Amino acid sequence: MAKITMREAISQALWEEMERDPGVFILGEEVGVWGGTYAVTKGFYEHFGEKRVRDTPIAEAAIVGAAIGAALTGLRPVAELMTINFAFSAMDHIVNEAAKLHYMFGGQMVLPLVIRTPGGGGRQLGATHSQTPDAIFAHFPGLKVVAPGTPADAKGLLKSAIRENNPILFIENATLYQMKGEVPDGEYLIPIGKSTVQRPGKHVTLVTYSKMLPVSMEACNSLAKEGIDVEVVDLRSLRPLDMDPVLESVRKTNRAVIVEEGWKSFGVGAEVASRIYEDAFDDLDAPVKRVAQLEVPLPYNRTLEKSAIPQTADVIRAVREVVQ
Amino acid sequence: MANLVNMPKLGFDMAEGTLIRWDKKVGDSITRGEVLAEIETDKATVEVQSTYDGVLAKLLVEEGQAVPVGDPIAWIVEPGEDVSALEAPVSGSPAPGEAVKETVASPESQPQLQSQQSSVITSGRVKVSPLARKIASERGISLQGVQGSGPGGRIVKRDLETLLDNLLSQDTKKEIRPLPSPNPLVDRSAIPADDVVKASRLRQAINRRMTSSKQQIPHFYVVHEYDFAPIMKLRSELNALLPDDQKISVNDFIIKAAAMALRFYPNLNASMQDDEIVRHGHVNIGVAVAVEGGLLTVVSKDADVKPLRLISSEVREMAARAREGKVRPEEIEGSTFSISNLGMFDVEEFSAIINPPEAAILAVGSVKQTPVVVNGELQAGTRLKATLSADHRITDGAEAAQFLQCMEDFLEQPMRLLL
Repeated sequence: MAKITMREAISQALWEEMERDPGVFILGEEVGVWGGTYAVTKGFYEHFGEKRVRDTPIAEAAIVGAAIGAALTGLRPVAELMTINFAFSAMDHIVNEAAKLHYMFGGQMVLPLVIRTPGGGGRQLGATHSQTPDAIFAHFPGLKVVAPGTPADAKGLLKSAIRENNPILFIENATLYQMKGEVPDGEYLIPIGKSTVQRPGKHVTLVTYSKMLPVSMEACNSLAKEGIDVEVVDLRSLRPLDMDPVLESVRKTNRAVIVEEGWKSFGVGAEVASRIYEDAFDDLDAPVKRVAQLEVPLPYNRTLEKSAIPQTADVIRAVREVVQ
Repeated sequence: MANLVNMPKLGFDMAEGTLIRWDKKVGDSITRGEVLAEIETDKATVEVQSTYDGVLAKLLVEEGQAVPVGDPIAWIVEPGEDVSALEAPVSGSPAPGEAVKETVASPESQPQLQSQQSSVITSGRVKVSPLARKIASERGISLQGVQGSGPGGRIVKRDLETLLDNLLSQDTKKEIRPLPSPNPLVDRSAIPADDVVKASRLRQAINRRMTSSKQQIPHFYVVHEYDFAPIMKLRSELNALLPDDQKISVNDFIIKAAAMALRFYPNLNASMQDDEIVRHGHVNIGVAVAVEGGLLTVVSKDADVKPLRLISSEVREMAARAREGKVRPEEIEGSTFSISNLGMFDVEEFSAIINPPEAAILAVGSVKQTPVVVNGELQAGTRLKATLSADHRITDGAEAAQFLQCMEDFLEQPMRLLL
């Protein structure tokens, strides 16, 4: 067990899987000679060679399309999109091809494809490069959507994703690459589609994932000083959405807050809240509260951007309201 | 058409009633079931409800006036009807008691089992969390009147927890009797003089009835001891499922057991009338309730066929009204057997006087932990003693003893009371 960054944890997972299975290869913009926009694949090109670490044109549709073709022929591509905002250029391939081929051809082929891509705002990259459109992708049956919130989960989930025979969108968060955490050395697998309790508590259930996990954990530490004991459930994957730990927790605390970085309307919080109402209505002692991004294109201005994205103080306020 | 309202007969032996208060004035419109007046009888103050829809046209008696049973007290007419010709008494007027026949009873015509559950559904939405609603429904707590502490006055879980805590602590509170202030023995002037008070109507009635009962009915007494451990166990199991204001009392079980046993011993559910014994078709259990200055007997009608919970809730509600002097006529009439329970006052056993025209009364002592011998071994047991006072004109010792034994079958295998 070593304390490493999420960047290193992801890099480790990729490296180990490429060592383990010669069918695994990487393709994307600047992943090879440059070592990756976020330096996740630094040193891979030198070690694994140009056939397994392939630089591509700036053409997301081509990247995903080529990856789908490779997966259909039996390889295990890990495609990298520089940001999730560029995934819209490859939307048809992702949601119409990758998500549906196995189904539409009667299971004749499998698609062991992983698309890695960082999302999220907070780095003053402007409205088109700062989005958190996770819910859009999670809407499509046939596509798994995974989004880790700790370095250990990033490693364990990515290794499992690469070994899966289903297409997976693996959403990283650009502001979490520097986040450090204990990560097991060597073989470490976390099953896809399992939520987990990241912090036990008894007064209110906080459901979150990805970047909002550390934001929420910080809020919880502060709330603990007020005597509010928050239980944090990390979804880790949006599809499949594992509600069991959430419902179990809500049945214990009778209150819930959902924190996501993306917009509130039609979002992850809306989905989770609906399922709580459907399956745990009689256990609720207060309405479910959502914390989410303000309904605006994300501003470039640092102050405005910060005020649009949920911060620790927003989470604290919401939890206080729900335990009232 | 014009309808005449008469002084109702509110008990077997009621001869007259005093009209204490008119609740309606001449000219007021009145609907069936509305309270027309309050009447004091030997037993209680009761409200008389109208059995007609219409307008109160004429009052035939004044407040404070004593009126023989069956005499007319008022006219109720249809709106706009000519009232100038109305007089009292009018020939061809309804037979005495008819206007209020729902409240009239005689031993021959026992009252029908009526739904007396007050099923008032209060309107107005109560803001309550789903969880609190579930807890309330599980524990049988009424949410009306509960003060919500959540946002916007919403009732949440902690409000119900507080409520339950309070109820529990009230239950365990024991009243501490104040000691009389110590008077110096030497100061004889401090000893109060005799206090002479006029006996209340109720006291006078008790005087008459008890004297006549003890003089005219040849009482005999049979005592039986019951193993009450099974009842206590069942009761705690049942009450764990019930809210505090709906707990089943020890007496409720005894009412039910006596009622069921009476079905097998009709001579104890009977009345002596001249040379005839009337074995009543209904089993209506009178339950003695201590009230201000005396006691009243509220009646659990057809208790042999009523579920235990219904008996419990009815008796609780009727007893509460009896203590407030607001008991309804039908609630104190028609009993065919009585139970007097002094168990709450730590009583070993006692004997009661028969409540005429009934044939018997059961006097119930306290449930006590006591040493018992079981299979030759001494051990701690839970016991209750009950004494049956019976009318020797109607029944005999063997029958009375068998009746008490029959009650044992129910009390010591109390599941039978629930079947």
